[in-house]
Amino acid sequence: MLPAEFAALEPYSDWILATEPERYAKRLASTMAQMQAFYDAAFPLLEPALAHLDAFARRDLPEPERGLLHLMQSLVMVSFPVEVWKQPRVPDSGAAYLDLITEPAI
Amino acid sequence: MPHFAKPAEGSWTEHYPGLGTGPVDYTDSIDPAHYEAERDAIFKRTWLNVGRVERVPRTGSYFTRELAAAGTSLVIVRGKDGKVRAFHNICRHRGNKLVWNDYPGAETAGTCRQFTCKYHAWRYALDGELTFIQQEQEFFGLDKSDYGLKEVPCDIWEGFIFVNLDRQAGPLAGYLGELAKGLEGYPFGGMTEVYTYRAEIGSNWKLFIDAFAEFYHAPVLHQKQAVKGEADKLLGFGFEALHYELSGPHSMISSWGGMSPPKDPGMVKPIERVLRSGLFGPWERPDLDGLGQLPPGLNPARHRAWGMDSFFFFPNFMLLIWAPGWYLTYHYWPTAVDRHLFETSLYFVPPRSARERLAQEIAAVTFKEYALQDGNTLEATQSMLASRAVTEFPLGDQEILLRHLHKVAGDYVKEHADAAR
Repeated sequence: MLPAEFAALEPYSDWILATEPERYAKRLASTMAQMQAFYDAAFPLLEPALAHLDAFARRDLPEPERGLLHLMQSLVMVSFPVEVWKQPRVPDSGAAYLDLITEPAI
Repeated sequence: MPHFAKPAEGSWTEHYPGLGTGPVDYTDSIDPAHYEAERDAIFKRTWLNVGRVERVPRTGSYFTRELAAAGTSLVIVRGKDGKVRAFHNICRHRGNKLVWNDYPGAETAGTCRQFTCKYHAWRYALDGELTFIQQEQEFFGLDKSDYGLKEVPCDIWEGFIFVNLDRQAGPLAGYLGELAKGLEGYPFGGMTEVYTYRAEIGSNWKLFIDAFAEFYHAPVLHQKQAVKGEADKLLGFGFEALHYELSGPHSMISSWGGMSPPKDPGMVKPIERVLRSGLFGPWERPDLDGLGQLPPGLNPARHRAWGMDSFFFFPNFMLLIWAPGWYLTYHYWPTAVDRHLFETSLYFVPPRSARERLAQEIAAVTFKEYALQDGNTLEATQSMLASRAVTEFPLGDQEILLRHLHKVAGDYVKEHADAAR
């Protein structure tokens, strides 16, 4: 599913999500332990992933590379809960929501 | 002791004597009658930005815009002649909404050769002309040229499409005035990688403008977002703008903002260090013509620590231009005295690589973390204003744009009421 060099991330393939609403919903539905485990596995591979993906044309990613990019978008999504909040939700955000209705294609 | 110079009068607020310095009455944000007056005096009579020209790239490209505050829906479309026009979204036959999918209240967009009403198949050309009547012989001496779509004044400034529901509206450029003129030439058209967010907010429309018209709140409300030592330092400094300017009903604030790139990578979160980006945008400036030489209206104080300028075009359009080479827009569309639809779009230069794509992604994700805190605070404010336990509030010098907004909105309502007398 992912490029061979990133096989270590296969256990986290449920984070390969194509849209922000899906990624945000998974963040809210996850425990901190789940997000911490994903973060700990994926963060050290972020720079290698960027280097790997840089070799491909931006608009023409093969399926495994596309999956890797979506996985790294999910890493960005969990970075605030893991690095800052220590909780899935934004503190003091209560019932507020902000839906992403247009996002650039990958 | 201010960190940045203020005008000779001693404060930004006193530099504009008409503003006064007394407490401001916020009844204008909770009174239903005042809201109704604002709909008439403001939203039916001023130029409203409804989006960018990139949304209508080709002949027949269209989108609809619900304008609850003005009590109508518009369809904006590019004609065969290349001109962008706006029409009331209503069929001339029996008043059906002309352009919609599934849900009549939901906005839609697409491309078409003509508009065909779902009800009885009356057809309209892209320039609004009525071209076909089903069973035309059944009607009584009907001249199709009398039944074109009702057009609304529509004009474009630097790729931003504006409409005005007042058929007697003066020219857009004159309305937008000097602040807009100072931005002409900025390469908005090269920034087409767009993230658009939307939320319904339980507050008066002016309260969210208030929230984004001052950065006095930033070191406090958002302190948990920064690395601990940095947050304490920011809280100690507080916030002071580089410059403020009021021009007619419009205004701007110019701010420092040095996190792109940060002076010390230890100031930012680990993922920002890898992606080289954060709230203030990617650390690497995009390669785009027009970014090298900025228009004169940006960074008016010519300060080396300049980070961003936020322009407010009355009544509900905010345009923020960030030093690292991207911009964002805010729109506040009232739906009731205590509700509005908040829309925001982030515009970047299209990324050339996955690396650049993720650098923009973290800016967009970070933006949402902040905006959620801002949005939630507003509902708390609205509910307590509605208690009327307190009605007047002291505004500081860093809140000059709020003082101006409430005064201008109140003046529009008063002038409209006086004219009707």
